[in-house]
Amino acid sequence: MSKDAQKTPYNPPALEFKSSTFSVPVLVIASNDLIIIEQQLQAKVLLAPEFFKNSPLVLDVQELNKQSVDVDIVAVIEVIRKLGLLPIGIRGGNAQQNEQAITLGIPLHSIHTSSTTIDAKKPKTPTPEPETKDLLQTGTTVITHPIRSGQRVYAAGDLVIIAQVSAGTEILAEGNIHVYGTLRGRALAGVQGNTEARIFCSDLQAELISIAGNYKISEDLNQNIRNTPVQIYLDKQTLVIKEI
Amino acid sequence: MARIIVVTSGKGGVGKTTTSAAIAMGLAKKGHKTAVIDFDVGLRNLDLIMGCERRVVYDFINVINGEASLNQALIKDKNCNLLYILAASQTRDKDALSQEGVGKVLDDLSKDFKYIICDSPAGIERGAHLAMYFADDAFVVTNPEVSSVRDSDRMLGILSSKSRRAEQNKEPIKEYLLLTRYSPERVKLGEMLSVDDVQEILSLHLLGVIPESKSVLNASNSGIPVILDEKSDAGQAYADIVARYLGENKPHRFIDDKKGFFGKLFGGK
Repeated sequence: MSKDAQKTPYNPPALEFKSSTFSVPVLVIASNDLIIIEQQLQAKVLLAPEFFKNSPLVLDVQELNKQSVDVDIVAVIEVIRKLGLLPIGIRGGNAQQNEQAITLGIPLHSIHTSSTTIDAKKPKTPTPEPETKDLLQTGTTVITHPIRSGQRVYAAGDLVIIAQVSAGTEILAEGNIHVYGTLRGRALAGVQGNTEARIFCSDLQAELISIAGNYKISEDLNQNIRNTPVQIYLDKQTLVIKEI
Repeated sequence: MARIIVVTSGKGGVGKTTTSAAIAMGLAKKGHKTAVIDFDVGLRNLDLIMGCERRVVYDFINVINGEASLNQALIKDKNCNLLYILAASQTRDKDALSQEGVGKVLDDLSKDFKYIICDSPAGIERGAHLAMYFADDAFVVTNPEVSSVRDSDRMLGILSSKSRRAEQNKEPIKEYLLLTRYSPERVKLGEMLSVDDVQEILSLHLLGVIPESKSVLNASNSGIPVILDEKSDAGQAYADIVARYLGENKPHRFIDDKKGFFGKLFGGK
């Protein structure tokens, strides 16, 4: 596992360029009101503080520019950084915004790989989806030991846990979450915005459940679905919890 | 090779030191050469519970720093000649513990001891981390109340991910649950979590239940591990635990309210 183990007898080159694909959250802003942006972003961050802590992020201003709403990139970046996120790119900006971003040391990203919900609304052009998306979605992480208080699990695809998930834990998946055991911690499915993601568990006692950012805390859970096997999915931005 | 047992909990005041002293004495009484180490550097207590505080010359930190040999620092128990105590330093803090130092002491002890009991400090910081890092077995001491259970759960997470066994991908630490300060009457009244409640949250192998008992405080104050008080319920509970750990089949006791009609009437303990 450790890199130290592979000691090489000859002198390899000190550096090498490699190509790699990363999955990075994209923040699409649809308002130029800094206060609203800050409030709403903070609310999202509070949902999964550990996940968002020092998380890289790409700022997408395409929607604003489409509506010809100007936004102060420097101020937005400042708000994002203030909330503990690390902006590593901007996309969909106009010439002036791009220039500002470059001055702040933030690289520009082209828009063509976009697959955000906003794009889904407009008629699809026949450009194929980037393959990386599919690759990320297919992997399933299976865990057979209990998740103990204070532990955090992130799965790039589906997450299957065949044990209990204790209170004070955080399980996150870009895809679905299955818990064959009691779910007492926080479960966040579709964390990259997949609204089709679902959560299944055989005994619901969760502190918080969320699908693609739509969440419910323990207090808001109906008493009659507590301690029962349920599935949770999104129906038009509303979390639906159904007994199974 | 010795078997290293960590007695841990996360939360303070649940009975780690009492348990360490009792288990160590129990194992030694059964004929196994046992050492018990106080990892609570700066808040040294084990020597008091073991009644050897006046015989401490060198401590664990002295051994780690090479200022004393292990043989100089180990204190032979006055009740059992197979039991040795390694006291913590009261004048230092947990930073004095180093992973290499602790590893070396445990390695040296492993050569001629059968069991090594590590009495962990409360918390999940350095002292607690080093106490559990080298362990083979973990006795998780829990009180039947929610915060203690939550902290134990946190500790179990650390045991399964941050120990040497976890880092080297070896067989994980064997975890056992010890429920202390249990009061069946209060469970009945709904004032305390029951064994089943705790088991459901932690899903852990129950090694034993120690009832809330006056004899524990008496034993601590007089510096005699409670297991030597064979008449007391707590002493018997610890003796059962040691027997169960060594593979004997002992039914669980002290879980139900066994007090008879007259007992209830007069409320005696």
